[in-house]
Amino acid sequence: MTEEDIHVAIDRDVDVVSAREKGRELASRQGFSGTDLTLIATAISEVARNIVVYAGHGELVIGPARKGNRCGITILARDQGPGIPDIDKAMQDGFSTGKSLGLGLPGARRMMDEFEIESAVGAGTTITMRKWVR
Amino acid sequence: MPVPILKQGSILIACIQPGLSDHQLLLLKDKLSGEVERSRAEGVVIDVSAIDVMDSFATRTLRSISQTTRLRGARTVVVGIQPDVAFAMIQLGLTMEDVSTALDLEEAVAMLTAGRVTRRGRD
Repeated sequence: MTEEDIHVAIDRDVDVVSAREKGRELASRQGFSGTDLTLIATAISEVARNIVVYAGHGELVIGPARKGNRCGITILARDQGPGIPDIDKAMQDGFSTGKSLGLGLPGARRMMDEFEIESAVGAGTTITMRKWVR
Repeated sequence: MPVPILKQGSILIACIQPGLSDHQLLLLKDKLSGEVERSRAEGVVIDVSAIDVMDSFATRTLRSISQTTRLRGARTVVVGIQPDVAFAMIQLGLTMEDVSTALDLEEAVAMLTAGRVTRRGRD
């Protein structure tokens, strides 16, 4: 993460919209195009909404990613919410403890190239996801 | 800004603007449900051509609008899902199997009008 990182506080539903708009802008500057921009914005929307629904408050940090001469985008979503008791279950299609389709997190993983999730009950959840320009 | 609902004959038309919040989408759902009854609409068209992200919440809400209006005697057609958006929805595992879709407004209105003709034919 660098000084180019964008921090977006996630407290309400409108912040979800703002996070995905900022993410799309940064992804576009990194050289992503068309379909990838939509995939990135949609993945951001899912992880940001997860914060609003389950944790109430949290933050997204969106920044450029570098690996050798590859360019990409890193999205970090963190909250100090209740945490996820069973991550494997949460990553299954159709599993949800809230009023959702349970497709958010597994869907976000499919849309990105890298997806890591760390969570501790009572301490919060951190999701790190990356996508590389093809 | 709330989503305006236009009326053309017996069809209600709502054009969703980009950057719509969850709350505004839920407001649209309630407003459409009331408006279907108030105006005796037989069809609802929801234009999403300006939408660049259709996530699981938006899709679930559109499905719910379609199911609710159907129970109230009107059909819903979702119009103008962009190609990139459609691709992202498939990656998410989202489907609109129980929602009618059309490429554009004209096609949607034709679908709803044809439905009305058929229904009247059966009476």
